[in-house]
Amino acid sequence: MERKTKINAEDGKQELMITREFDLPLELLFKAYAEADIIEQWMGTKVLKLENKKHGSYRFETTDPKGNKYGFNGVIHEFSPNQKITRTFEFENTPFGVQLEVLEFEKLTDDTSKLTIHTIFESVAKRDQMLQMPFAQGINMAHNRLQEIVNKLK
Amino acid sequence: MNLRRDVFQAIADPTRRAILLLVASQSLTAGAIAANFDTARPTVSKHLAILTECDLLEQEYNGREVYYHVNPKKMKELADFIEAFRKLWDDRFNKLESVMKKYKSKK
Repeated sequence: MERKTKINAEDGKQELMITREFDLPLELLFKAYAEADIIEQWMGTKVLKLENKKHGSYRFETTDPKGNKYGFNGVIHEFSPNQKITRTFEFENTPFGVQLEVLEFEKLTDDTSKLTIHTIFESVAKRDQMLQMPFAQGINMAHNRLQEIVNKLK
Repeated sequence: MNLRRDVFQAIADPTRRAILLLVASQSLTAGAIAANFDTARPTVSKHLAILTECDLLEQEYNGREVYYHVNPKKMKELADFIEAFRKLWDDRFNKLESVMKKYKSKK
């Protein structure tokens, strides 16, 4: 299986690294993070506010199928087009705390690019909690995969 | 027969996964855990024994009570916790890629 997205979460560290190579020119990759209407399309979220500048802020809101709303917000510390975004991230009303995110955009070839997201959490425990969240939510989906693994072990 | 079960087998069972989630945030006694399930108490005890046996749960003694809590170290060995997280981002990035490819061709 091809693994385009890589997660690096070392034991006992309060940070997390997500890397992904895209079949897209650098400018298009960056645009996907810079323009509100595009963010809405791929993140499936509403962009309530997005100020792409130093000391600017953003707020996104996602609604689940049951109608529950989830808010995300942060402050932008650095916005260098086609290079780097440094911002804070907070998933509102959760115990995960505020995270610092450093997003680096790199050109690989004329048609491919790479994104590295370095996230720093308040503590190791908070990072681990965040890592476990999709498992808790997608438990059935994960179960099917686990069943496959278990079957292979037999 | 290998009595020592591996962690994947341990979490392949939905009740055991539910137990893990239950004690993820707080230590609980077997009784308090069992109260959350319709299953018979001995069945819950069996699940707790399996989870403890493969180190996913740890017991701590407080007076006469035995509390169960998750062993975060072992939990992390469960690549699938990270795998679910990775999958979430992979899906999200795949979406980004397809949205931008359409965007490009519109121009």
